[in-house]
Amino acid sequence: MHRKVFLAAVLFIILLSGCGGGSETSENAPSSSATTVIQNKGSDTMVNLALAWAEAYQKVKPQVSISVTGGGSGTGIAALANNTVDIANASRKIKPEEIEQIKSKGVDPIEFIVARDAIAVVINPNNPVNELTLQQVSDIYSGKYTNWSEVGGEDRPIVRLSRETNSGTHVYFLEQVVRLGDKENKTLFSPDTLLLPSSEGITAEVRDNPNAIGYDGLGYVTDEVKVVAIAADPGGEYVYPSAESVNNQTYPIARDLYMYSAGIPSPIEKAYLEWIMSPPAQEIVTQLGFVPLIIEP
Amino acid sequence: MNKRTSISEKVIPILIKLSGYSAIIFVLLILIFLLTQGLPSLRSVPLSSLLSQRWYPIEDYFGLLPLLMGSLIVTIGAAIIAVPIGVGTAIYLSEISPRSVREIVKPFIEVMAGVPSVVLGFIGIVVLASLLRRALNLPTGLTALAGSLLLGIIAIPTIVSVAEDALDAVPRSYRDAALALGATRWQTIWKVTLPAAKSGVLTGIMLGIGRAFGETMTVMMVTGNAPLMPRGLSAFFAPTRTMTATIAAEMGEVATGSTHYQVLFLIAIVLFMISLIVNITASLFVFRQRKRSERILS
Repeated sequence: MHRKVFLAAVLFIILLSGCGGGSETSENAPSSSATTVIQNKGSDTMVNLALAWAEAYQKVKPQVSISVTGGGSGTGIAALANNTVDIANASRKIKPEEIEQIKSKGVDPIEFIVARDAIAVVINPNNPVNELTLQQVSDIYSGKYTNWSEVGGEDRPIVRLSRETNSGTHVYFLEQVVRLGDKENKTLFSPDTLLLPSSEGITAEVRDNPNAIGYDGLGYVTDEVKVVAIAADPGGEYVYPSAESVNNQTYPIARDLYMYSAGIPSPIEKAYLEWIMSPPAQEIVTQLGFVPLIIEP
Repeated sequence: MNKRTSISEKVIPILIKLSGYSAIIFVLLILIFLLTQGLPSLRSVPLSSLLSQRWYPIEDYFGLLPLLMGSLIVTIGAAIIAVPIGVGTAIYLSEISPRSVREIVKPFIEVMAGVPSVVLGFIGIVVLASLLRRALNLPTGLTALAGSLLLGIIAIPTIVSVAEDALDAVPRSYRDAALALGATRWQTIWKVTLPAAKSGVLTGIMLGIGRAFGETMTVMMVTGNAPLMPRGLSAFFAPTRTMTATIAAEMGEVATGSTHYQVLFLIAIVLFMISLIVNITASLFVFRQRKRSERILS
């Protein structure tokens, strides 16, 4: 009998210690120290940024803990509609049908622009091409150009890499680059475009393959790949993506990054969103390679 | 005490019976769920669209053919690799190898079965894709072939362990009789042992192929996921997109109940039907085989 009690006690202690380790992110630990958890999910582009914000906010307000997961912009907004998260991250604007879906739950989605991002077009360092016009990038991805020699490179086939269709970056690239921002334009990605499930997949293939062209958020570009300078118009100036070229609007492929809440955010969520738009949080944006908002004094 | 025994005598058989039937219940529940979620897509998407050759769901292109062909190509490739190696290994282990070698090789095959598919996929991206591109001078190494090679590795352990068990179960007297009649060792294996173990070996092959067909993570990582319609044998050396990878990549994003969501479930129904056909074919083989052996024995 004693032995059973002892075993139960041991088990209980093990369980407790297991809980202790996970309590920073676990959602069912509010009783102990009145910790409030904000569930934050969405864009893979923003996941590192959101994590860095969450960590820094822990120091500002230790009683609020933020649990961050990725999955893609569409995934985050779908979770917001299903009421499983408090704040959704999105690297594209919410779509009308997604607004309808959230409205059908009786609340309006509210949009916050939290940072900006440039999308870099990347190629293998051994590829001699240095600059492309937006039209050329569009023609490469739509399948009009199939050989690098057509855009001033070597005689090599072009291998197009893209993120999966659930990525906000994919949708943005389709609308603003492949279709050149023209709503009537119904051009699609060439069917032989490789759809890779992660930024890492794109970096790995571009690093290794001199035929490849890919695109990704500036924050995800590593030194192992070459960034291409882009001109908005043929004959225009070729510009490299940077915080400066995004803010003075000379780099043509830049976008806002969003957070959405379902309905008016609770005071705790509101405080977090306000902090994100403050200078210390925007400093983190710069550190991670994204473009900070211009904060008016 | 007596009463308690009699209760447990009644309750336990019921529980065992229930767990026996649970397989049927689970399969039926899965089927019902798939049908209710997937079949409405046949109403919202015209058949001509489903049978078209373009898959780009965010713009309402729902052509399933490239995905179906993608799954078939990758699986056929995997079968071509895994069946000879798997059956060969099983024959070697059961018929030829000395006991000491067998004791060493078998644990390795079990470890091989335990390697998580995401690990294989990672090796595929970092090593195999680059190797294939250089060796075969392809535009990119992320191809159906890369998927087939890794799926082959995934299917081999299943084939080996089931086939080896079947070969092991062939009575020693069969082999002795063949050898006594003057057959060589190879003739004994090819004409006597293997045919006697045919049903088990075929089951192993079918299970292995089914494992490859349903595999998701590895193919998603290494096949490039471009929904291309295959044109001849060159399709092995081009990127491809399988049905499983499509569901895995897109299910997280879709709004519940949307057309895209329903079509993804339609793909799941197709997957379910194909594995059902594979299983039925396999069990038909086993059935026929048993009847014949019963005839011989009687």
